[in-house]
Amino acid sequence: MVCSPVAAVTDALLRIEGLSKRFGGIVASDQISLAVPGGELHAIIGPNGAGKTTLLGQLGGEIRPDAGRIEFENVDITGLPGWRRSQLGLARSFQITSLFPDFTVLDNVALAVQAHAGHSFRFWRNARAEKGLREPARAALARLGIAGRADVLVSKLSHGEHRQLEIAMALATEPRMLLLDEPMAGMGPDESARIVEILRELKRELTILLIEHDMEAVFALADRITVLVYGRIIASGTPEAIRANAQVREAYLGEQTSIDA
Amino acid sequence: MLLLIEQCLNGVQLGLLLFLLAAGLTLVFGIMDLVNLAHGSLYMLGAYFAATFVGWTDSFLLGVLLALAATLLVGMALEVVALRRLYGRDHLDHVLGTFGLILFFNELVRMIWGPAGLSLQLPMWLIYPVELLPGLFYPTYRIAIIITALAVALFLYVLVMRTRIGMLIRAGASNREMTGALGINISLLYTLVFGLGAALAGLAGLMQAPILTVQIGMGENILILAFVVIIIGGIGSIRGAFIAALLVGLIDTIGRAFLPDLLRLLLSSRAASTVAPAMSSMLIYLLMAIVLVLRPAGLFPVTSR
Amino acid sequence: MRRLLTPAVSSTPSLTALLAPRHVVVAALLAFLALLPVYAELARNPFLVTLFTRVIILALAATSLNLILGYGGMVSFGHAVYLGIGGYAVGIMAFEGIASGFVQWPVAIIACALFALVVGALSLRTRGVYFIMITLAFAQLVYYFGVGLDRYGGDDGLSIRQRSGFAGLLDLTNRTQFYYLCLVLLTAAVYLTWRLVNSRFGMVLQGSRTNDRRMRAIGFPTFRYRLAGFVIAGALCGLAGALLANHTGFISPATMHWTRSGDLIVMVVLGGMASSFGPLLGAVVLLTLEEALPAVIRALATPLFGEVAVRMAEYWQIILGPLFLLVVLFARGGIDGLLAGSRRD
Repeated sequence: MVCSPVAAVTDALLRIEGLSKRFGGIVASDQISLAVPGGELHAIIGPNGAGKTTLLGQLGGEIRPDAGRIEFENVDITGLPGWRRSQLGLARSFQITSLFPDFTVLDNVALAVQAHAGHSFRFWRNARAEKGLREPARAALARLGIAGRADVLVSKLSHGEHRQLEIAMALATEPRMLLLDEPMAGMGPDESARIVEILRELKRELTILLIEHDMEAVFALADRITVLVYGRIIASGTPEAIRANAQVREAYLGEQTSIDA
Repeated sequence: MLLLIEQCLNGVQLGLLLFLLAAGLTLVFGIMDLVNLAHGSLYMLGAYFAATFVGWTDSFLLGVLLALAATLLVGMALEVVALRRLYGRDHLDHVLGTFGLILFFNELVRMIWGPAGLSLQLPMWLIYPVELLPGLFYPTYRIAIIITALAVALFLYVLVMRTRIGMLIRAGASNREMTGALGINISLLYTLVFGLGAALAGLAGLMQAPILTVQIGMGENILILAFVVIIIGGIGSIRGAFIAALLVGLIDTIGRAFLPDLLRLLLSSRAASTVAPAMSSMLIYLLMAIVLVLRPAGLFPVTSR
Repeated sequence: MRRLLTPAVSSTPSLTALLAPRHVVVAALLAFLALLPVYAELARNPFLVTLFTRVIILALAATSLNLILGYGGMVSFGHAVYLGIGGYAVGIMAFEGIASGFVQWPVAIIACALFALVVGALSLRTRGVYFIMITLAFAQLVYYFGVGLDRYGGDDGLSIRQRSGFAGLLDLTNRTQFYYLCLVLLTAAVYLTWRLVNSRFGMVLQGSRTNDRRMRAIGFPTFRYRLAGFVIAGALCGLAGALLANHTGFISPATMHWTRSGDLIVMVVLGGMASSFGPLLGAVVLLTLEEALPAVIRALATPLFGEVAVRMAEYWQIILGPLFLLVVLFARGGIDGLLAGSRRD
């Protein structure tokens, strides 16, 4: 269903250069530079308030950076509006669930499909009867394991199902790259494990930038990890390198229960 | 030249009146996040109360004070009975609900005072004009309005910026739960703030009463102007309301005064005198449209929430 | 809590579903409206036809507003302006000697569409209260412009001495013909709106209302769709304006005052936002209340209160305000919502 070919490993799919953002006196992003090659699952970790969601906001187009540059597939997207970036293949999910509560689960995902299925200046035909929208939507739901909940109103879902739907929505737009903001927030161990499996599958087809607090998931999935503290990158490298990094341990990992390989 | 100064004074006077109205509106919006269309009704009530009480007591000052007190009470009662249920809801709900209140107040006033409207007579000592500059005579009453409004503006500034209560108000604006958790009675605070807004509206209404007639629906027309003022000034900002109100008052007054002459250069005399007031009314909305396009959050946006 | 949408029926509904109170009420109402002229004839009360023609025309205006307000979440406090522009298009053309409806009505619709395009392009960049106020401001702009239209009556308004001519195909001076024309147009509008709302375009509008941020995140350039919706709503209301001008034989700036826009909003909310027949229900209830309630109060209260009852009846509007507030607070889904029962929780 979703099959975007993995780009050559040396080619950075997403390149961030010197991204900076202040809110009044607070520095949310401080000269962030990062390159994510195609096919990689890159995790961003850091304490609360480190500016992770702000970073994602700038990548997604909601927040305008004060300085810096973002390149996606060698195209400068720094000035492009969010919807354009989605059309170019950059999809995101939200940390705080952002769905359409009045609609059914299937309607939600079908909307995501619709956004990438030509224009929507169609005024007559019933959109809910369009197979071309419903089928891919069901497929996305199936991938996340919530196909059975297709006809349920989003407002009636459990928290875990909300988070799964968040990912399904992003997936349904057939992206080249996924920006996931704490997809496992608030989930119990079983649900988290399920998501880890799904992400493990997905990373074979997509490039993923993952923000997460769940260290088990991060170390299980990430090809590379970047650590963000007070808006600045203090370390970036393989999981082993990060685990061994004293600065990181002190600033962040030290507070967590120790992770053994 | 003297005409220009006189018109400027009129503009300032209108602007200050608008400020009183807008200040109450922006206070309530900024602190309780409540869009109150019925603010115009409080303005109307202030005028009606004043006309009635001045008639009963035969004293202008006493009547005015009673009217202020009455409007304050009505405002607080309104908040307690009806409006507090709207807090936290969608702005659309506020707009709809308070629109319903406009209908209610218009009918209530019609029921109590009849459809004809009232007039408010000024005492002699306010009617004599004063010679401000050689050759420039300006009505004492309008000067009184300017002075009173400026005094109120100063009072508001001191209240919000320098007192404990003002601090509570500002704290309430930026963090409701926190302020509530500190043990401060948010409900009471909100009721008082709303009462203050109502009193300001009532004051504007009764000050305007001797100049225009006191009639049903007088609130609706000026309410729009008040909203225009707070949009231009920035919702929640009293300083913004002050500057925007003066701007709007001046543009409106000077526009009305000089636009006919300007238009007469271009159109026939009759057309000019009909088109001119319409055009000067349009000016304000054009100004608002321009501001919204260039600075969507207003001239002095209040950033923290 | 959010309003429930009217889902498209995909399979044959059961009999119990068909007989739901909501459907029964709407069907009864439609039947009543269809047969009204017949009843009026028999009861020798032609005024009924006039009254309900007005109801139908305003229901059409409310339906157009519901598209952007109920489904699109765009609270336009300046929608009555299109009643005015449509009406003035007809009035001005009639005044200048162009009496053909085939020219007047398309001009009315196009003029409204263009105005909506401009207003929408400027206003839809804002949201929330700012949007409400800016639409209000634009409406006032047109209101004052109308007041300044000296040649066409200014504040006093413009009489329209002859109804739009349709080259013998329709005789709009015939009360019954005009009534059925309005009814047909209303039915068509409701049907078209229903189709629109469930189409791809409608999905975008609804999604934008609920969560515009997410819509843009998944790749929709929402601005252009909302603008299109805004234009369609304006154009449809322009048609209602043309009808209204024909109905009353008169047009004045008062039609465009922002409080008239408020009345339209009351109709939509009272009837039930985001429901196909809500606007019609709202218009019917509001306007029949206007006519009937004073009479009913008088009839009921006179035996108890005598003379006072007459005065009480005059002030019926005093109930409307608080009633509306109660609807907003407790029965957000309006009449349609009440009929549909609480499917929410």
